[in-house]
Amino acid sequence: MYAQMVKTDAARVRSLDEMDPVERAFQERVDAGQKIEPKEWMPEGYRKTLVRQISQHAHSEIVGQLPEGNWISRAPTLERKAILLAKVQDEAGHGLYLYCAAETLGISRDQMYEQLHSGKAKYSSIFNYPTLTWADIGAIGWLVDGAAIMNQVPLQRCSYGPYARAMVRICKEESFHQRQGYDALMRMVKGTPAQKAMVQDALNRWWWPSLMMFGPSDDASVHSAQSMAWKIKQNSNDELRQKFVDQTVPQAKYLGLTVPDPDLKWNEEKGGHDFGEPDWEEFFNVIAGNGPCNAERLDARKKAWNDGAWFRDGLTAHAEKAADRRAAAKIAAE
Amino acid sequence: MATAALEPAVDRAALLEFLLRIGDNALILGHRVSEWCGHSPALEEDIALANTALDLIGQTQLWLGLAGEVEGKGRSADDLAYLRDGYDFRNILLVERPNGDFGKTLMRQFLFDAWHYLLLKALKGLTEKRIAEIAEKAFKEVSYHLDRSRDLVIRLGDGTAESHRRMQEALDDLWPYTGEMFAADAVDAALVEAGVIPEPQSLKAGWDEIVAEALTEGTLKKPADGYMHKGGRRGVHTEHLGFILSEMQFLQRAYPGATW
Repeated sequence: MYAQMVKTDAARVRSLDEMDPVERAFQERVDAGQKIEPKEWMPEGYRKTLVRQISQHAHSEIVGQLPEGNWISRAPTLERKAILLAKVQDEAGHGLYLYCAAETLGISRDQMYEQLHSGKAKYSSIFNYPTLTWADIGAIGWLVDGAAIMNQVPLQRCSYGPYARAMVRICKEESFHQRQGYDALMRMVKGTPAQKAMVQDALNRWWWPSLMMFGPSDDASVHSAQSMAWKIKQNSNDELRQKFVDQTVPQAKYLGLTVPDPDLKWNEEKGGHDFGEPDWEEFFNVIAGNGPCNAERLDARKKAWNDGAWFRDGLTAHAEKAADRRAAAKIAAE
Repeated sequence: MATAALEPAVDRAALLEFLLRIGDNALILGHRVSEWCGHSPALEEDIALANTALDLIGQTQLWLGLAGEVEGKGRSADDLAYLRDGYDFRNILLVERPNGDFGKTLMRQFLFDAWHYLLLKALKGLTEKRIAEIAEKAFKEVSYHLDRSRDLVIRLGDGTAESHRRMQEALDDLWPYTGEMFAADAVDAALVEAGVIPEPQSLKAGWDEIVAEALTEGTLKKPADGYMHKGGRRGVHTEHLGFILSEMQFLQRAYPGATW
């Protein structure tokens, strides 16, 4: 899940009877499954929540380029290098659609960057973990993109039109990403003992952070309840986490790997796995900036932005000069 | 993929040397460009540069794949990319220059693209079918690379005083590495004679024209043609290549024989 713990400003979810006619009409359209479009009236809380969620999602795509980009120059074959480049390029493209979707809500991309760089806006906790071996690249595709898909598939039905439509395209690409990750790991577990050990080590490190991507249990969260009422969120964090575990455990088994959770076992009665609790103290530390790579990730983004200021200024200046020249030529012609 | 399709009269050793030269250019430049991934000044640039790198890696697979066939020792494109040492690499020195700031990366790309474009354009019209086919595909991609890098060089040259200064500095620094593109040796002579490649010097006038037009429009000053560095085409590189290879080849070297 690329958006975690998104706040809504709501103290509690209000009933239709408590709403004024305009808001009530809005809520009834949402309840009926209609899409809300940029120029239409929407509650301020809905707009703000969407900006938080979509920008957090976009920032995650952008920051997410870094841990994977870390291995492009070391990819083991030309084909793997090309696949990884294409994947990271897709992530940048996802960031672009998402920033555009957020811009329809009245915030600029530069403002969103500023919020990222100042620490005001967050990105997914998962990208604050390091990619230490080549197997980590496969594990990110398999686990991280797998977890993201769990969340993003329902978001295709989100009430806000631009976000839902961006998600349709993103989901198609994410499922390719997940398959390529799994395929890379499959190749490795069929390889030498050292390669298989590398894959197990990656699973050991990425398993728990992947489960944390869904965020802590939100059954009692007023923000989640409000987001669900607005159809910005469709499932609880625990539901998605359960679904992810149930999908992923057989895949790990197929790879011949051991999931690093002693409490993991099939529960016939519930028709799903029982599993251990992630270390939420670690999660809150990562969110608070104390993850293994928080400082590097943010510094890399700030450096890219600051070092590139002259480039962006240069292009703007050229565009202005060219416009002036066109205007002067037009006057001269008249 | 039968080697029989290659013209039998062509000197195999010379052909192999040419394929390594053109393939290694794509490989090393693709590597350099991909170093920007996630670090460029604008999201659109991240996407465009990844695209350029992806094209170049794709071209590498084709050129080095053919090189392996011509060599006839059962080496794949991956074997050639990952298991040769620096002295066996044949790329020109320009493409292994460090990225520097984004202006230097763009200027390097432009100076290379203008030449690459002309070379591929010539190759696709020549007699060696397998080479012409790869050149045809690569030419489409490189035409776009050139459009993009030329446009940015012009806009940044004629942007702010700061962007102008950076582009001029990049141009001055990289200029001494452009001469190697037009250098010729016995390998070139044999292949020119066989009608496989164009005379390297014959690309110079076209390149001068593309470059001069862009520099003029971008208000940049063309440096004087002084001393030109060379050596890459015969395997004598700068210190930078060793670091590129130690990074690029790490997994293949650390886990010999493993498949990925």
